[in-house]
Amino acid sequence: MAVDTRPSPNNSSGDSTITGLDALELAGRRQRRSLGQRSWAATWPKLVAVAIVLLAWQLVFWSGWKDEWVLPPPSEVGAELWRMVQTQHLWHAIATTLRRGIFGFAVAVVIGGAIGIVVSRSRVLRAGIGSMITGLQTMPSIAWFPLAIVLFQLTESAIFFVIVLGAAPSIANGVLAGVDYVPPLLLRAGRNIGARGVNLYRFVIAPAALPAIVAGLKQGWAFSWRSLMAGEILVAIANRPALGTQLEILRGLNDSAGVIAVMVVIFIIGVGVDAAFTRADRMVRERWGVLDTA
Amino acid sequence: MTAELVSTAVAERSTDRSAVALSEVSKVFGRGTASVHALDQVSLRVKPGEFVCLVGASGCGKSTLLSLVAGLDQPTVGHIDVEGGVTPALMFQDPALFPWLTVAGNVGLPLRLRKLPRPEREARVRELLSTVHLEEFARRRPHELSGGMRQRAALARTLGLDSSVLLMDEPFGALDAMTRDILHDEVERIWIQRRLAVLFVTHNVREAARLGDRIVLLSSRPGRVVWERAVDVPRPRRIDSPEVAAIAAEVTDRLRQEVRRHGR
Repeated sequence: MAVDTRPSPNNSSGDSTITGLDALELAGRRQRRSLGQRSWAATWPKLVAVAIVLLAWQLVFWSGWKDEWVLPPPSEVGAELWRMVQTQHLWHAIATTLRRGIFGFAVAVVIGGAIGIVVSRSRVLRAGIGSMITGLQTMPSIAWFPLAIVLFQLTESAIFFVIVLGAAPSIANGVLAGVDYVPPLLLRAGRNIGARGVNLYRFVIAPAALPAIVAGLKQGWAFSWRSLMAGEILVAIANRPALGTQLEILRGLNDSAGVIAVMVVIFIIGVGVDAAFTRADRMVRERWGVLDTA
Repeated sequence: MTAELVSTAVAERSTDRSAVALSEVSKVFGRGTASVHALDQVSLRVKPGEFVCLVGASGCGKSTLLSLVAGLDQPTVGHIDVEGGVTPALMFQDPALFPWLTVAGNVGLPLRLRKLPRPEREARVRELLSTVHLEEFARRRPHELSGGMRQRAALARTLGLDSSVLLMDEPFGALDAMTRDILHDEVERIWIQRRLAVLFVTHNVREAARLGDRIVLLSSRPGRVVWERAVDVPRPRRIDSPEVAAIAAEVTDRLRQEVRRHGR
């Protein structure tokens, strides 16, 4: 009879069938290129893009569309940038701007995060404030400045006010989206294994929401950086060099090469911070298995 | 050794105690004309150490029933008693592993939530993983495993609850036949070793005949217990044995009768 020939469930032949099947199913799943290969693959297209932009710029310069003092060639801007890098002034400006950016963003994270957590916990608040938060996001940050200046005069507080108003909605939205899209099945599984109340938030909801939270932080930073630049152009504080202020001063001096050189610095900082956020976002998603590692 | 364990399990089953007892349980979703009667006066008993398979066509409220027993939802009317007031462990068709934790992290989470000290926890996790033959994959993440391995990890995690009642909601529905057959052996072995009371929901009647001590048929819309049958085939069983096939055929006939009732 068939039953007699069957291996009993807990003998070793059953176990080896399992391990054999596991090995077959996982075969060929892991393939990774080396770090060097990956970073080169990520870098060269960017270098090509920069080269194309510089070439186009040079061609426009050669076409004689604008006078040289209005639109200088890349080489002149490069020389100006090199000169600036060797001055204390530029580094002071960078330090001031970054300090403002980081402080403003940190305040926005605290306020936006707190609003996100409170609103996500209550249905009524969710319905009322949730849509208002999205509405706030559509408000161009520069439109806040007249009010900010009336409230805080030409001070750093006015700049912080606009940074926080610009970034906090994105951060709160990230938290809300994250909490909203926690798969219900994970909540059920979490509750079944004993995660209730605060523990459900700590062990299930917060980690499940993390990818959306990181995306919200990234967007929040982009908004704070924009608000900060707008703020520094509008709100110049005497004897305190900052990148935006510097742009405005150099424009006043008709120093095109200087303006573009400062813009290059702003661009590099923006790209650098964005790359850090992208990296964090990728790491989280890779770890969460949302991203294919292939 | 297996035979011995089976006979103790059988002895336990002959008692009058119930691991899970549902009495006249009804569940209605929504209100008024839009309400859905998911379960209607369902009475069902699972004895300690008994393996009960619930079968039914779609919409019979099988999953609702398990949610109620697991305490994730409350019945509209009726009582559910779980022996000793334990929280039954629940497994789904989807492994529902937490993607941000490793396999060991997932299996260890119920222990961590019970505040088991770390050294003890690590030993338990190793033991649970070896029960499901995943020791080597402790540090992998769920997305790196195959479907069958994920389901075994989920099983290990629910076993970590140390509940004497295991609820399974079509746990192998998404797996290929070979993996499923192997997991039947695994579940049977673990059920015998740990003397669990299992309430196993499936729409696969062969699976029910392969695993169950008893098969209970639920009707659809509303879910009611309409028929039940003991599976008197000695273990170990094979899913392709004639005895199992004969019982499966009988259950299929009853199930079709139930479904036809809705066509009229």
